[in-house]
Amino acid sequence: MSDALLTLGGVHTHIGAYHILHGVDLAVPKGRLTMLLGRNGAGKTTTLRTVMGLWHASQGRVHFAGQDITKLTTPQIADLGIAYVPETMGIFADLTVKENMLLAARAARRAQDMDDTRLKWIFKLFPAVEKFWNHPAGKLSGGQKQMLAVSRAIVEPRQLLIVDEPSKGLAPAIINNMIDAFAELKASGVTILLVEQNIHFAQRLGDHVAVMDNGRVVHAGTMAAFSADPQLQQSLLGLAL
Amino acid sequence: MKTLDFDWKPLLLVPVLALLALPLVGSTSTWLTLTVAGLAMGMIVFIIASGLTLVFGLMDVLNFGHGVFIALGAFVATSVLAAMGDWTQSQSILTNLVAVLPAMLVAMLVAGAVGLAFERFIVRPVYGQHLKQILITMGGMIIGEEIIKVIWGPAQIPLPLPEGLRGSWLLGDAAIEKYRVLAVIVGAVVFALLAWTLARTKIGLLIRAGVQDREMVESLGYRIRVLFIGIFVAGSALAGLGGVMWGLYQQNVIPQMGAQVNVLIFIVIIIGGLGSTTGALIGALLVGLMANYTGFIAPKVALFSNIALMVAILLWRPQGVYPVAGSR
Repeated sequence: MSDALLTLGGVHTHIGAYHILHGVDLAVPKGRLTMLLGRNGAGKTTTLRTVMGLWHASQGRVHFAGQDITKLTTPQIADLGIAYVPETMGIFADLTVKENMLLAARAARRAQDMDDTRLKWIFKLFPAVEKFWNHPAGKLSGGQKQMLAVSRAIVEPRQLLIVDEPSKGLAPAIINNMIDAFAELKASGVTILLVEQNIHFAQRLGDHVAVMDNGRVVHAGTMAAFSADPQLQQSLLGLAL
Repeated sequence: MKTLDFDWKPLLLVPVLALLALPLVGSTSTWLTLTVAGLAMGMIVFIIASGLTLVFGLMDVLNFGHGVFIALGAFVATSVLAAMGDWTQSQSILTNLVAVLPAMLVAMLVAGAVGLAFERFIVRPVYGQHLKQILITMGGMIIGEEIIKVIWGPAQIPLPLPEGLRGSWLLGDAAIEKYRVLAVIVGAVVFALLAWTLARTKIGLLIRAGVQDREMVESLGYRIRVLFIGIFVAGSALAGLGGVMWGLYQQNVIPQMGAQVNVLIFIVIIIGGLGSTTGALIGALLVGLMANYTGFIAPKVALFSNIALMVAILLWRPQGVYPVAGSR
């Protein structure tokens, strides 16, 4: 795919003695939202962690914006403009919401140095972040923590946003709020790669889809085509949208 | 939801222990003397332990060689203070402090520089391997002790207090040793600086976040290993400062003094909650008070008392008094 911002070619990843990824080929188009789907244990989270350099590929290459990032360290990869929200959300529980945001705003030394316009935009997307600004992040609910995790990822302009299961464990009302927020993020031109188990979440947001099984991408295409093919969904995911 | 959600209960342990000891000691003046001695000892142990707890919290590194920086700091102080004999023999406290201050600074510089080499050549090759960390850092401490013997000799060296810092001030019937008051002040200043750095600066924010989830800090674009080296060097320098304070407290130094204090500082950081600076302060004060009270009330159980204190605290809070929230 020529307009791909992120590409993985034949990526293998080992974790200790375990061979998790068996040659992942994936292209994430620029300015679009790509959904990475698959059953539990298919290798989705490992793929994201390999992109971020948290685990290194033992074989194959990862390219971002034309640059080979396979051997770069995690901070070097983040410096290129990739934001990552892990499945655990990675919230610093002992820090306040403000301190969590300040840490992600790398150029700011104090809260007053953060980009005010961008903060207002984030507060509009996620009002809970403003409401609980001075509260310990560890005391937030699961949904509020997820909002903070995504807010932290977008507090600085980034080229690529990688989010691992943003709807996991959230109430339906919060999921709808998340969908609206990601739709607005997508409209702002950010390239997004989402791992998701909630198929309705995926269907409502995704432009493209890649399905993983046994450490490989077994299907890639548009979400519209995937949604229109119940047989394909049944064979790849064991369900129909 | 409360904005300020600080857990005050552990802070009460220090006055509670002090008040429980009062009837057992009997005399108020003796109790006051012991309490000030305990607080002074606690503050010195805190200075030493504060760096170690952050090193463990930030990088999960068990540094059993921390004691070598204590001994190094104390021996450097013997040389610096010996060279400033005119200043240490003056009756003026101010003149004495002018001698003690450079001794502290040189000890911190030397311990920090050796800490930099210790991290690079001893700790870095064993990141993530606890058993190897224990073995190699203990080995590093043994080598450090032998190098100290080569430079300063194997014998005990006296480290007398400067003239003006000897003796006591009388508070009623209670004798308050001048040096112990100084130790409390230095410890309080170190804690205030650490607390301010951790609470008010971006570096402090990074340290607090790194202690909780270093992988996420790296995902945000920060090089946590660089931060860790800085913490290791600062922790070594603080141990060097603690060594000067401890040497002056004991009024003599031996190459094995670091290994002797090592046991105390590990009790302190376990009581405090690994990675917690405030917890280390509480743990250090409790250990200092307990050692002094039991040394007076029941000397035969003095050695055992701090282990018993740690067991009691861990039965109450298995992760220490201020457990650090984290993903580990």
